[in-house]
Amino acid sequence: MRTPDDLAREEEYHHEGIDFPDRPEGPVAAAVLAGGIGCLALGVLTTVAAASSSFSDWLSWDDDVGPLSGKTALAVIVWLVSWAVLHVVYRNRPLETRRALVIALVLVALGALGTFPTFFQAFAAD
Amino acid sequence: MHFTDREWWTLIHGMGFGALFLLAFAGGLAGLYSLRPAWVTPAGLQERMRRLKVGVVTMAVAAWGTVITGTWIVYPWYRDPAPDSPRSLLLADEATEDWHEFGMEWKEHVAWLSPILATVVAFIVVYYGVNLIRHERVRRTAIVLYVLSFSFAVVAGAFGAFITKVAPII
Repeated sequence: MRTPDDLAREEEYHHEGIDFPDRPEGPVAAAVLAGGIGCLALGVLTTVAAASSSFSDWLSWDDDVGPLSGKTALAVIVWLVSWAVLHVVYRNRPLETRRALVIALVLVALGALGTFPTFFQAFAAD
Repeated sequence: MHFTDREWWTLIHGMGFGALFLLAFAGGLAGLYSLRPAWVTPAGLQERMRRLKVGVVTMAVAAWGTVITGTWIVYPWYRDPAPDSPRSLLLADEATEDWHEFGMEWKEHVAWLSPILATVVAFIVVYYGVNLIRHERVRRTAIVLYVLSFSFAVVAGAFGAFITKVAPII
């Protein structure tokens, strides 16, 4: 939903003859949400890998890099797939970016927490 | 006076992509912050948008370059099971083991949040273009994510620099 400030600015700029392409806000919200999902995925994978040695072993997609290879590759895959899905769903919708940002910030915070050693090492399998 | 292949890669990872990342961030942030109707003329807006797009895309590319070279090229040398690898040396001494257990463990994971968020910002700027100046909330969203991306990179970069001082890859 556009705020009065936004509307005032649009009015002002229409008079200046600038060509503003018509772009729905949905794809922006989709990208923001997907970014949050990607960050959360990395945090969850990091914590679960610490808790389960068998999962950690499975994540060793590359022997030299170890479990980090699977964690990061899988997080990137989750991010890109969620972005593609959300983009298709929201591409023509006037979705509110502010709400998407709030949700994404929560997801990013949880993702960052999951990558914090003091946190994920608390779940470490002995 | 020469560098080994490994030293060259650590330089490319940290100082090459890292410096590019810093430079692009500074330019991109200034561009996003100053993208306000009262501060930009219509003619200036077109020129500024081109620079802004170059800045944010460069930052995203530099962030990806940093984590990919770091994880897939430099990190295997760090975690080599040999007794003289940086990881082995850090863990062999109680006084230095936290550099691995906390510093490296955090750095190697949190660094990957940076390119994801930088790419989201690059998409917003490229997709929305000049509309950014009309929609304050989208511009602010881009700034918040841009600063977050940079903050995660700072954590990773700082620990990378400290760990390299304590146990360099040679």
